[in-house]
Amino acid sequence: MWRVLRDELHASGVELITVGLDNLGVEGCRAAIETAQPSHPALIDTHHVMARCFGVVNIPQSIWIDEAGMIVRPVTSAPPPPIDAPDAAPPDLTALPERMLNIMGEAMQIESDPDTYHAALKDWVLNGADSVYALTPEAVMARSSAPSQDRALGHVHFELASEAVVQGKKQLAVSHFQAAHRLVPDSWTYRRQAWSLEAVEAAGPFARFWQGPHPERPEEWPYAGDWLTDIRREGPTNYYQPWED
Amino acid sequence: MIIYGDTLSKQRFEQETGWIIKPEGACKNDTCIPLPFDENTTEYPVTALAAAMNLPLVSAPEMNASALGHDSLGSNALKSAKAPDFALPDLNGTLHRLSDYLGQKVILYAWAPY
Repeated sequence: MWRVLRDELHASGVELITVGLDNLGVEGCRAAIETAQPSHPALIDTHHVMARCFGVVNIPQSIWIDEAGMIVRPVTSAPPPPIDAPDAAPPDLTALPERMLNIMGEAMQIESDPDTYHAALKDWVLNGADSVYALTPEAVMARSSAPSQDRALGHVHFELASEAVVQGKKQLAVSHFQAAHRLVPDSWTYRRQAWSLEAVEAAGPFARFWQGPHPERPEEWPYAGDWLTDIRREGPTNYYQPWED
Repeated sequence: MIIYGDTLSKQRFEQETGWIIKPEGACKNDTCIPLPFDENTTEYPVTALAAAMNLPLVSAPEMNASALGHDSLGSNALKSAKAPDFALPDLNGTLHRLSDYLGQKVILYAWAPY
């Protein structure tokens, strides 16, 4: 979907750069990238540089940058482009484990507004700095906030956890993920990354989406939260920040 | 920034943090922070550097590694809308810098396979 949009917009002087946030790096991102067959740069971010540099706390999120390298729209929820296709037959979910059914039930309540986002995006592509959706540098800076000491330390803990994963030191990674989760509590990417590494093979293709205690060994779950518990606590309607003109 | 061992080279520090070492100290934008090192020092003890600049530092002795934050604790919010010039690899290991795409509008799109 994004490739279709990219190819449509590229002639207008736009490049889409996708960044896969995954401690598993190439191994984690390859299948999705190769399936997408991108015509744009598809980068891999093992240490979540996007979090420190741009404030990414969930996916998918986007940042718009103009020709001079200036941010005109800071980190924003970026739903996939709306597709104009006949309604597909609903997938057969009967074979899914109960947890996956519950996750999908919550996910279906997550709110996003692709029409608004993509209308604004196209307006910026066509009109550049004259677009009402292209923020001035002052507006971009006004939307930023000084990082708290906790947040700054949390980023560093997460980076160290990521390096521990890369080095195969799983238990060490867990302790630093735990610290990052406490210090940057609004980051879904920090939580989901850690949870996804506790893959439950019984979930088949959803192994990394299980993101919760193993059904047979729940006592081994090392984190304070999990995807299902956290989304229910925070509310699926609060999962993504709404578009802000 | 992941650092293995106890020291960090001046060159790497400058390249990866954007702080520039001048006679008055480490400088970025309109801020300079004095450093307790001789001007000719090329390898900085990480702990002392972090303390002098009030940079967040977390150590993992088990890996002989530390993670050093880029900006001083208590620093102000964004002072510029200039996008940080990061570098990340693609599937083939080719590094792409954001600055490689100057002259084009860029939609930076963060996703995850989980």
